[in-house]
Amino acid sequence: MLKNKERNRDVEIPQGSLADIAFLLLIFFLVTTTIDMDKGLEMVLPAKGEQQEVNKKNISNLLVNASGNILLDEEPIQLRDIRPLVSQKLQANPNLIISVKTDRRTKYQRYIDVLDELKGSNATRISIANPE
Amino acid sequence: MPDIVFMLLIFFMVSTVLREYQGLSVILPEAQNIEKLETKRHVTYAWISKDGRISIDDKILNMNDVRTIMYDKRVNDPQIIVSLRADKGSDMGLITDFHEELRQADALKVNYSSRTEA
Repeated sequence: MLKNKERNRDVEIPQGSLADIAFLLLIFFLVTTTIDMDKGLEMVLPAKGEQQEVNKKNISNLLVNASGNILLDEEPIQLRDIRPLVSQKLQANPNLIISVKTDRRTKYQRYIDVLDELKGSNATRISIANPE
Repeated sequence: MPDIVFMLLIFFMVSTVLREYQGLSVILPEAQNIEKLETKRHVTYAWISKDGRISIDDKILNMNDVRTIMYDKRVNDPQIIVSLRADKGSDMGLITDFHEELRQADALKVNYSSRTEA
């Protein structure tokens, strides 16, 4: 009975709701789209076996210990002091390489903080030393 | 009107990335002087969680396996950039070991994924 009825009718997909469907899909994609930008601090690691002799004058040692204390050239400093001090040092010597050395138990956030400050002071030559 | 809607629809459909690597649960560190990655094409995501698990492309790896995987990737794509999504509480020893593995694999471009401070 039912089947007969359906067969007789002119079968057609209703077009009126097309715009509604499109809108619905549009909203779905609008909501799900996350234009998530990958942001971060860029670093280039030293190539393996690359040992360069660098003049001692051109190196600044920046040490970070396990509890996050910072030592710049044998002087304990605060995180916020990195930027002015490094900028100053860079102005005095543009070839300065900042060698960052961390303890194995230093927290990653601390390392990023330090790196962030170094980037902020326009230090381009940053080297990562292996912790002892 | 429906044309415009369709156009927008197609735009969002194309720009939506459904293939999203659900890596490990990490809390990214915060930083201010961050740069945007120029391309997404050469990027490999590496996740390091607080308890020392490493995941690259949805696979949990041991530290020693990173070298081989990254070496293969680098051979396929010499311009590879590793986006390191490490938890902010993880120890630097872990990160350093990972660095060392990357150096062995000659994948030297690293991006420390971080978010802007809220």
